[in-house]
Parts: sequence; C-alpha cells; structure tokens
Amino acid sequence: MSEDKTGITMMDAPIYLDYNFTAGSATSRFLHGLKQGVLIGQRCPGCDAVYVPARGSCARCGVATGEDVVLSDKATVESFTIVYIPIPGNPIKPPYIIANVVPDGANISFIHLISECNNEDVRIGQRVQAVWKPESEWTYAMDNIIYFKPIDEADIDPEQIGR
Amino acid sequence: MSQTSPDVLSQRFELGFTYTRSTGPVVGHFLTALKNKQLVGNRGSDGRVYVPPAEYDPVTAEALQDYVELGDTGIVQSWVWVNEPRAKHLMDKPFAFAQVVIDGADVPMLHMVDAGSESAMSTGMPVKLRWAETTRGHITDIACFEPV
Repeated sequence: MSEDKTGITMMDAPIYLDYNFTAGSATSRFLHGLKQGVLIGQRCPGCDAVYVPARGSCARCGVATGEDVVLSDKATVESFTIVYIPIPGNPIKPPYIIANVVPDGANISFIHLISECNNEDVRIGQRVQAVWKPESEWTYAMDNIIYFKPIDEADIDPEQIGR
Repeated sequence: MSQTSPDVLSQRFELGFTYTRSTGPVVGHFLTALKNKQLVGNRGSDGRVYVPPAEYDPVTAEALQDYVELGDTGIVQSWVWVNEPRAKHLMDKPFAFAQVVIDGADVPMLHMVDAGSESAMSTGMPVKLRWAETTRGHITDIACFEPV
C-alpha cells in the first residue's frame, strides 16, 4: 500500500481510571497532621522503625503500627536527582531537585523538592528543613510543604541517615 | 475532600493515561475511510472479507492489502442487551452490543445497536450504520447501528 499522506496515522486512545481513594486510618492520621502543619509517623512495636507517611503496618515485621510519632520538619537528604526534562502538566520549571528526605525521628524517607539553593550544591547527608505554605492554605495534602531548603547544620554521615 | 468516618479521609481520584496511538497503514486506511463516511474492509487469502480490515492474513500471516469498499448495512449475528449503561459506555440509554456482519463481509465486527428496547433485537435482524454527526477518522465515527 502506498502511504496516504493525507490519511489518518494517529488516534487518541486515552484511558481514564476513576477511583475513590480512601487513605486508611494510618495515612489519614498523617494527612490530619499535615492539615495542622505537623509531620506524623508511626512506630513499629516490633523493630521500633518509624514510618512516614505511615501505611499502618511494618514492612519488615508485618505487624500493625499503632503509636503515632510527631516528627521534626527538619530532615536529611538521603538521595536526590536533578530533573532537566520538562514533564507535561508539571508546572515546575526544570532544572529542579527531587530528593528522598528522611525527617528527624523517622527511619524512612519520602520524596519532595529541594529549593532555595544552587542545584550543584545539593548532596547526600545535607540538612534541610520544610518550607510551609501560609497556614491559611493548609489542606490534607503533602504540598502544604512547598519544598525543603538547606539549613546551616553539619552534614550527616551517609551511613547514619535514617538510623 | 470528604470524610467517610470521623478520621478516615476519602477523595475521588482520576488516573489518566492520555495515549495517542499510531495506527499503522491498515487501521489508518480504515479510519481515513471512516472520516469520509465509507466503510472499508480487506480480503484475505481464502477470499474472506474482514471489516475492520485485518493487518495480516489469519491463514498465511501475509500482510493484507486487497481493500474492499463496503456498504452501510449488515446483519446481527449475535448480541447482548445492556440494560443499565455505565458511565464509560458510549450510549447513555439501554443498547445492544452486537456482532454485525456487514453486507459483503464474512467476519463480524463488534459494535452497538440502538434498538430502543431489548424486544426489538433478534439474531439475524438487518441493521444500518448510523454515522456520527462529525467524523474525524476515529472508530467513534460509527455512532452505532440501528434497526432497518
């Protein structure tokens, strides 16, 4: 068949999955905390690991986590990447930094942005702190924290991050 | 955001995969014809006519090119009645999904029949293609089939 230059070569085939997402009790507590400007994790009764955001059970021990732990909004950079490629629908202009940060008092990291710095200066073990939106704008969402910014504290030994 | 119990948060959430697919030459030919309100199939090595056209011969696996222009009438070979259409169905009233053998074709195509009620449906019934108000080169250019 000869190529029909005026013919159809592409078709939209979108798939939309509609969910009713229910956070569950552990993650709901985390979200209620965010609404109040506080990071809340949960401690495993078996191994003492503190999870944030808590999912309600310990991945290592397979038991329910019950005890809420209020965490600092200071954290340590566990890993990071500099994003140079624009992602459709993402309003943030590259290059920017996405990092896994471990809040003080927790044993696992979550992903957030790092800003107010030279991208080239960000490093594993660096100390950072949450920059919050104005309190009037707080909702049940992680983006109550706009990003984390470096603070003037000594780096943490990479081996000790999250310990 | 709403709360389903005093503590547990719940929220509607839509995950969208906004794909655009390349059609390839055969499906592209079919869709281009739809845009012009023309149904096109193709003929396999055993003489059978497929619509929508098959990219490869089911018997010999050879690429198929022998296009055949077809009319807009056919026969219902089998069907199922959808009494309560769901949000993602393309009709907002009860309809039939049916295997329709287009006149001149040998292999049925799956589409919808807007028959009004289940009692108006029967195997072997003749149907006629209803085109969408505007065609754009998409399978939805065929709005549905309707009883003749």
